Amino acid sequence: MHTTTIIGLEVHVQLQTKTKVFCGCTTAFNPTQPNVQTCPVCLGLPGSLPVLNREAFTLAVKTAMALNCAISPYTKWDRKQYYYPDLPKGYQISQYDLPFSEDGFVELEPLETEEGTGETRRIGIIRAHLEEDAGKNTHDDSGRKADSQVDLNRAGTPLVEIVSQPDLRSPSEARRYLEELKLLLTYLGVSDCNMQEGSLRCDANVNLHIHTDDGHKIPTPIVEVKNLNSFRNVELAIEYEEKRQLEQWKKTGQKIGDVAKETRGFDAARGVTFAQRGKEEASDYRYFPDPDLVPVIVSEEFLEGIRSSLCEFPADRRKRLAAAYQLSTYDASVIVGQGLEFAEYYEEVAKLCGDGKQASNWVTQDVLREMNERNQTIAQFPLRAAVLGNLLGRITSKQITIKSAREVFATLLSETHARQVLSSHQIDQIIAEKGLALVTDTGAIEQAIADVVAKNPKIVADFKGGKQGAIGPLVGQVMKAVKGADPAVVRNLIAEKINSM
Amino acid sequence: MSIPGLTVSELLGKLATGELKSVELTQACLDQISAHDASVRAFLSVDAEASLAQARSVDQRRAAGETLGLLAGVPVAIKDVICQKGTVTTCASRMLEKFVAPYDAHVIERLRAADAVLLGKTNMDEFAMGSSTENSAYQITRNPWDLERTPGGSSGGSAAAVSALMAPLSLGSDTGGSIRQPAGLCGVVGMKPTYGRVSRFGLIAYASSLDQIGPFARDVQGAALLLEAIAGHDGRDSTSVPHDVPNYSQTVDHPLEGLKIGYAKEHFAPGLDPEVERSVKDALNIYKKLGATIQEISLPHQKYAVAVYYLVAPSEASSNLARYDGVHYGHRAAQFDSMVDMYSASRGEGFGSEVKRRIMLGTYALSAGYYDAYYLKALKVRRLIRNDFDEAFGEVDIIATPVNPTPAFKIGELVNDPLAMYLSDIYTISANLAGIPGISVPAGFSSGGLPLGLQLLGAPFAEGKLLRAARMFERETDWHTRIPPNMVVTK
Repeated sequence: MHTTTIIGLEVHVQLQTKTKVFCGCTTAFNPTQPNVQTCPVCLGLPGSLPVLNREAFTLAVKTAMALNCAISPYTKWDRKQYYYPDLPKGYQISQYDLPFSEDGFVELEPLETEEGTGETRRIGIIRAHLEEDAGKNTHDDSGRKADSQVDLNRAGTPLVEIVSQPDLRSPSEARRYLEELKLLLTYLGVSDCNMQEGSLRCDANVNLHIHTDDGHKIPTPIVEVKNLNSFRNVELAIEYEEKRQLEQWKKTGQKIGDVAKETRGFDAARGVTFAQRGKEEASDYRYFPDPDLVPVIVSEEFLEGIRSSLCEFPADRRKRLAAAYQLSTYDASVIVGQGLEFAEYYEEVAKLCGDGKQASNWVTQDVLREMNERNQTIAQFPLRAAVLGNLLGRITSKQITIKSAREVFATLLSETHARQVLSSHQIDQIIAEKGLALVTDTGAIEQAIADVVAKNPKIVADFKGGKQGAIGPLVGQVMKAVKGADPAVVRNLIAEKINSM
Repeated sequence: MSIPGLTVSELLGKLATGELKSVELTQACLDQISAHDASVRAFLSVDAEASLAQARSVDQRRAAGETLGLLAGVPVAIKDVICQKGTVTTCASRMLEKFVAPYDAHVIERLRAADAVLLGKTNMDEFAMGSSTENSAYQITRNPWDLERTPGGSSGGSAAAVSALMAPLSLGSDTGGSIRQPAGLCGVVGMKPTYGRVSRFGLIAYASSLDQIGPFARDVQGAALLLEAIAGHDGRDSTSVPHDVPNYSQTVDHPLEGLKIGYAKEHFAPGLDPEVERSVKDALNIYKKLGATIQEISLPHQKYAVAVYYLVAPSEASSNLARYDGVHYGHRAAQFDSMVDMYSASRGEGFGSEVKRRIMLGTYALSAGYYDAYYLKALKVRRLIRNDFDEAFGEVDIIATPVNPTPAFKIGELVNDPLAMYLSDIYTISANLAGIPGISVPAGFSSGGLPLGLQLLGAPFAEGKLLRAARMFERETDWHTRIPPNMVVTK
């Protein structure tokens, strides 16, 4: 017997608009001042009416394009009706049978394992639709039974709900899908995908296909795990469900259809999912078209305008970087995976120094390490791309060695106190102060060699006698005399000199 | 003629020359309210001081030579379904007994810009659901022509206030006839504009796809002025239409040449009171004498209008009224055991029986398994009703119909028979379903001395034509000049 895990994810992403989807209130994250970012519309006061925010629709369409979805030429708004204190109108404005986009996919890069490179995985997207967020309820957890409170600052923030096909096959693949989604949406600037602030939220639908030894396939009942608030928790919750559902099946033999779909929560502290109290009745949201809003007719010009404003998607960028800068797929993935600004940083460095591979080594190792140590983003990193590009350019043009460049890099960063932005002018200063410039004045080097050779007849004799290693001390003495000389060059010149004697 | 008996244009004339001050006019309205509203009960709230302050300000600005708005100094009564900043806006419901609107509806902003005086809030059927103003949680409004009878509804307070000379103008809202039906029963002019002509922003929703705000006046010119003041595009209402607003009040006196008037055979079916039928036929004869062509037309889907309305309107209402849950504002029950219990207790106590009936109807019609058979089918028939009108307006300019099947019925007569009550809107409902404009004008009296109305329907955005056609009829009759005998002006 073996099992396959079947996972579909529903992801809610807050769009980065300045104002809410149906009114002019700000969408800023402001948990310390509840209910200040509200107006009659998002409070659901009598007589108020929603008006669609064009920017929200534009960002939603961008999102759908990034997910390779077909954009519907006609879409409308429906009311999803249920009672809850964080839902001031008693309904959520959402999209039911005519979502603005459907039928897309997200591609996951092949995994490189010890067994070699895997396949590209294509995860289907059933639909993406636009809706308004609800507010936030807070309950007294102290047991003192204080009143629950409602904050409507968030109510009316635009959300895109992205529903995947049940194409994901493992907890780690679910996580990779979320990471790719986050990368895509942050690249496009449609969402900051900040899970702490709730701008990306995830529900997971999970079940198992149990393949028995006699060749039967038995699907277990589907479970929806709600409100997973980190990628790690998505992974852990699914791992837990894999074990739980198998045990449950062994105990009860229940398969899909035998019981209603169950909704479970995830207790991150204990690492377990738990059954949530069933809703009072089977949920019937009584969807119907919102008569306060008009349908949206999506013109080809509107779509073309958005298409032409789209930046390069991460998958395309990986391919392009690998080809244009002769990078390995892995390096290109690391660079792109750090986000749009990081990739921009890399490309600027690579162009300036003229050596993509060199730039990649520095950016993915030295820069990333320093960023992590300093807990900085690339935007905050004091060594700007222009400066690093300038520094690495000196390696390419053989003005300094890689070793010297590392010394300059470390010196620059140690001098900054992480406040000012560094300039190329400082590179010149450090090279001069430390005498790191490679000396290309062959006259000075030749003079030093002549002196050293004259003073060390024994070594010269040893070398002539066949001891190749004998000239090491001579190289050292020349280097000492002429700071910044290239040791390989010096070694060759000494050998030539002795051989010609 | 005493001040309250004057028409709006007469009042504006006297105000413009200084012969009349807005303060005098406003005070005259307040006096008439004091004298008669204890018996009519048209108003839910009157803020005399605030009205007089507005009137005084208009008088001062006029004296200072400022340019004033279209309705400068004229008092307007407001149906209590429209939000007016700082005033309690109840929708005649216990649910909103203490709800103070924190903002002005679009029409209130427009009235302020027109320098009108906001006189007070008028009674109505709770959440505009009803045809007799008996469904108010606070009081029953009476017909000024016969205090035993209803003024119609749901805008009964606004109709009665104008009929009883308490206000020269008032605003109502019309979802299935709630302006035209009480206008007909109270002997005043009432108009429902094209859907989208007037912004619904600040109008507390009953059925969003049908609701429209419109004017009451004692003559067509008054209705034209008030419509001109409130109509126009508003970006805060997605269904508001960005068409220019013609100067209705400037053109209303121009008779229409070659006018073609249709009457639908479906409107003269059994159930129609013979006196009502006679008044409509008399009206058609007057138009004929004026040179209009009279032509029979057919509205084959008219017979489904009431059924369609009672699926569409309650469905939307069940959703629109979900927000009154006792959580954020409005009535909250004093005692409850759980959150769900809080919802049911608050709503159970806050809503009256007709509102509950329609919420249940609508909830049922939208439920899984019934949606296609009820709501969706109703939308399809609604489209056919609109198509009937489109076809008819290809042949005629105006359709003339009765407003009500009978003259005003007695208070309490239909309250226990909701179906009979629903049928009192049989001639008005289809205009809301089709989104077209309609006007009700006084067209005679029954043998019992009760007003009878004539309804004229027009193509979408043909308000100008509709007002001119109505004015042609009004000019030939004096029904609109009659005043309820009990409503004598005492001062």
